[in-house]
Amino acid sequence: MLTYTIRRLLVAIPTILLLIVASFFLMHAAPGGPFTSERPLPPAVLANIESRYGLDQPLLKQLWDYLMNILLRFDFGPSFKFKDRDVNDIIAQGFPISLTYGTLSFLAASFVGITLGIIAAIRHNSWIDYFAVSVGIAAQALPNFIMGPILILTFTLWLQLLPGGGWNGGQWQYLIMPVIALSTSYMGNIARITRSSMLEVLNSNFIRTARAKGLPERQVIWRHAMKPTLLPVISYLGPVFVYVLTGSVFVDLYFSTGGLGQSYVNSALTRDYAVLLGVTILYGTLTVFVNMITDLAYAWFDPKIRY
Amino acid sequence: MFGKSAKSEALAGEITDYTAIQGRSLMHDARERFLRNKAAMACVIALGLIAVFVVFGPLVAQWSNEEIDWTAMGDVAVLGKPSISSGHFFGTDDLGRDLYSRTIQATRTSLLVGLIGASMALIVGTSYGVISGYYGGRLDNVMMRIVDILMAIPTTLVIILILVIAGRSFIALFIALGAVSWLTMSRIVRAQTMALKGREFIEAARASGVSETMIIIRHILPNLIGVVIVYASLLVPEMILAESFISFLGLGISEPQTSLGRLIAEGAGTMGYGTLWQLAYPLTFYVSIIITMFFIGDGLRDALDPKDR
Repeated sequence: MLTYTIRRLLVAIPTILLLIVASFFLMHAAPGGPFTSERPLPPAVLANIESRYGLDQPLLKQLWDYLMNILLRFDFGPSFKFKDRDVNDIIAQGFPISLTYGTLSFLAASFVGITLGIIAAIRHNSWIDYFAVSVGIAAQALPNFIMGPILILTFTLWLQLLPGGGWNGGQWQYLIMPVIALSTSYMGNIARITRSSMLEVLNSNFIRTARAKGLPERQVIWRHAMKPTLLPVISYLGPVFVYVLTGSVFVDLYFSTGGLGQSYVNSALTRDYAVLLGVTILYGTLTVFVNMITDLAYAWFDPKIRY
Repeated sequence: MFGKSAKSEALAGEITDYTAIQGRSLMHDARERFLRNKAAMACVIALGLIAVFVVFGPLVAQWSNEEIDWTAMGDVAVLGKPSISSGHFFGTDDLGRDLYSRTIQATRTSLLVGLIGASMALIVGTSYGVISGYYGGRLDNVMMRIVDILMAIPTTLVIILILVIAGRSFIALFIALGAVSWLTMSRIVRAQTMALKGREFIEAARASGVSETMIIIRHILPNLIGVVIVYASLLVPEMILAESFISFLGLGISEPQTSLGRLIAEGAGTMGYGTLWQLAYPLTFYVSIIITMFFIGDGLRDALDPKDR
């Protein structure tokens, strides 16, 4: 297990480095920069600006400086659009917000999804089973950007129960709709996966043996069926985390929560490459690590996998 | 020995060498299974109706998708209502443009996006996976590490990145979708190719002197069709979803082009003003496309999945 962890770490680090290098070159290959506008700047001014941001240096030197700043000081450099803010400020301001409701959505999706799936499998062909199946199907067609408008329509415009947007320091009224919008679709998928996995496990030989030796049903499920049931679910949790990250871009924009997604979309629209690059690298790194953790959890959970 | 009748004569006449030895191929089996699947067939019909609507809908449209109805624009909530008499069957959008024509245009975009994204995944992913899986060794290692790294970046961010860099056009969109969609496909194809590679009929082909390229074309690729079709069909709704998501954020293709995600975003932006149809129509089309696509993909998987046989 330890060697496997070390090996995975050794793969993850070059992956992240490559990610940084690739996105860096991609950004610099783009025609036009943040300073190209309809009214071209005088060449002298442009040269001045470029030298301030180090854009007149050779590309490899720029890359080296950029990499070193990130690795040694976690410094993503200055924003190209905001003169008094650098990328770190923008991330520090937005990321905690995105992380808060992102984590909540992730937990809600996993907890409710798994519970629903397990109950549906235990009470196979009952109303709760049909409910879980229909939620699973509906989840496919109700991604976050569909759920958002529907929720606002019901809870803000119609019932007038919840505020239509904003953050307000993370008060619970402001958290409900983002969390529901972000988690519903994955909740449905998790429920579907858990249900079919549990059904398969409950039909297997070792469960029959456990029942045959007279174990109470509760113990059969908790002690024997639970672990193999959760295996496929765990491998889906990594992707869910990624979806929640990208979905948060929508939530930030639609519910005006002030998270990182808003800065991301704005920087994409105004071609503020520094912010775009910084956020992409941050999200990419997170993804690599979460995938690593899910793989490790999988290896730890699955008795058949020994590294 | 047998009595003779006109009927048996006719039957005997029908049996030729060709019909007598025709077996039931896997594809034939799969087709039959798919045709028996009621939910999937209903969805095929529903999707067909949507396609017919997209193709022939413009013929009955009273307004083009770019014309602005200035009278309706003055009071969208009242004059822009869906009605037969004004010619705006689905009402107008906030700028007085006919929503019927816009919905058709957007549905066409979304269907195209799904099909082109999936076919790019099909072409690139299959060739990449087959080469990696068939030749194996160090080449395979390098190719799969590349896929691993690319997979580590969230797909939506990649698409946004490419659209920002290459400009928000149709071609950039298709390139962006193609760039992210082939990754999983290549992994699936590689695994399948590696399993096929060790089978006896490949050995036999090699022993009888068939060239490597011919083995891939004649023996590997036809055996991959099932897996590839199933995965490609599941990719179609995923591509539509990704594109709609990006369009909703306003980072997708730009006006006058539109897509369902964009229309839903516009409808969602104005739903506070009593013009709910602006959200309802695009949403209905969107949800029906996604649901039918998923059911068709599911049906294809049931029909073609080797585990089920």
